[in-house]
Amino acid sequence: MRSLLIVAGKEFRDGLRNRWVLAITLVFGLLAIGLAYFGAAASGQVGFTQVSTTIVSLSSLAVFLIPLIALMLAYDSIVGEDEQGTLLLLLTYPMSRVEILVGKFLGHAAILGVSTLVGFGVAGAIIAALGSVEQLGELVAALALFILSAMLLGWAFIGFAYLISVSVAEKSKAAGIALVVWFLFVIVFDLALLGVLVGTGGQVSEGLFHYLLLLNPTDIFRIVNLTFFEAARTQAGLASIGANAGLHPALLIGALLAWVVIPLGLALWVFRRREI
Amino acid sequence: MTQPVIEMHAVGKRFGKLTVLDEVSLTLAEGEVLGLMGHNGAGKSTSMKLILGLIRPTRGEIKVFGHDPGGTEANDMRLRLGYLPENVQFYEQLSGFEVLDYFARLKRIGTSVVAPLLERVGLTHAMHRRVKTYSKGMRQRLGLAQALIGEPRLILLDEPTVGLDPMATRDFYGMVDELRAKGVSVILCSHVLPGVERHIDRAAILGQGRMLASGSIEELRQAADLPLLVRLRTTRTRESLAESLHPYGVQVAMLGKERAELEVPVGAKMAVLRSLMDDPEVVDLDLEPPTLESLYAYFDATLETRRESKTFSAATRNTPQEVSA
Repeated sequence: MRSLLIVAGKEFRDGLRNRWVLAITLVFGLLAIGLAYFGAAASGQVGFTQVSTTIVSLSSLAVFLIPLIALMLAYDSIVGEDEQGTLLLLLTYPMSRVEILVGKFLGHAAILGVSTLVGFGVAGAIIAALGSVEQLGELVAALALFILSAMLLGWAFIGFAYLISVSVAEKSKAAGIALVVWFLFVIVFDLALLGVLVGTGGQVSEGLFHYLLLLNPTDIFRIVNLTFFEAARTQAGLASIGANAGLHPALLIGALLAWVVIPLGLALWVFRRREI
Repeated sequence: MTQPVIEMHAVGKRFGKLTVLDEVSLTLAEGEVLGLMGHNGAGKSTSMKLILGLIRPTRGEIKVFGHDPGGTEANDMRLRLGYLPENVQFYEQLSGFEVLDYFARLKRIGTSVVAPLLERVGLTHAMHRRVKTYSKGMRQRLGLAQALIGEPRLILLDEPTVGLDPMATRDFYGMVDELRAKGVSVILCSHVLPGVERHIDRAAILGQGRMLASGSIEELRQAADLPLLVRLRTTRTRESLAESLHPYGVQVAMLGKERAELEVPVGAKMAVLRSLMDDPEVVDLDLEPPTLESLYAYFDATLETRRESKTFSAATRNTPQEVSA
């Protein structure tokens, strides 16, 4: 257990050292403030817009960005250490493979978690202070849900990154597969579902469709943040179907959590069988 | 404390159909330095991994400190063990101090050991610089400091002197001698290490997963029965030397003007030397016993003949099996 925390602490400090934490925090913060301020530019005005509009545009951008950042952050976690020879060394130390993998995962999860919290949190505080927010409660609740779901989405993709990292022997291969995974989940999955919907002339039962959306963590993330705003439904694209489904937020958060645990569990399973 | 540190009995390891280690037996006593030699793919790394408990043998038995290295007491064993992998690149973003601190804490030892260890390998001046700026020799010394964390009783060093300059190599062997004096057991793993003879107690030569020879340098010399080389400065001709030394079975070659090289059978060494010393025409004389390098070459060459005979016997043995399969 102590080894696990030592590994996690080192991984987090690496994140501070090589400026990952700073970079991600800045990107998230600027993105949130920028969208809040210029979000209504299309309709001919600048200035802080409605909270609902901000969160909706933020989630539709974050859904591309967060998985990409998570995959970039962690794709080389295991295969990188393997290539530089330190994995072999770590395995001769008095700790288990589970401790190495989970420790590193916790470190990466902390990097992304802290950046998400600080980046979006500070942005939220600035919006609240400078904008004319009528209902502060709504902003806080919406932002809290957004940050929570964003963290879970990021962790799910860190889980994918680990699964990739333990399954391949070369860093470059891991990077390539990470890109494909991103493409599949963020873009192809939705297009395929849309294709099914159009191809069957809308014959797919609505209930089934809602559950199909649960098969993709990015869609769950979208639904979580859309359901919060009735008004936003019209702008939400495919996920708005899910928003109608009446899937309870707790269920959605639970599903996201499952998307964190399952890839990580698979990564552990593969890692324990990996030949050294 | 008579229990050997490492015991390997008829250990075999297969990956799929590939046999990487076959019937290898080895013991290492306390305070003993063993040189483990062989080509790439001879089974050195596999042997190391088996001893470290990273992989399990397909056949045979391994005990390290009296326990199975892959078993439940492995963590206890790992606290008493130091390992320097081949070509390890430490975390470039961290300083030497931070790297060592990380590994020391993972070995359940405090930060207090880090500075003395860095001093011991001569890295004090660079300990707060990032590893990225280190030279190959400095990295290797950092690796050695890492292997020394927690005063281990068994140290495995994989290709430790690759890329080191002669001075650094000498310092490195000095450290190995110190460890041996303290009763630490060391395995030096290498293709071939020029000049390593004086620092190791025994050598084990692996080839194609088999133990070709093992023993002290003296034992290996006897087993190989290689001639020793005697270089002379003399005014005598090749013919006259050959004639007078013929009874001892000596081969004579001229290296240049007034310089001859004799290949002397080990058994005739003293007799040949006496006769040369009494010869007023011999001005100077140099003795060179077979080096580890030539012993290695000799035992490695025996592999060829073994393989040929083995292929033959394997072919005849396998035929009925193939029929039944």
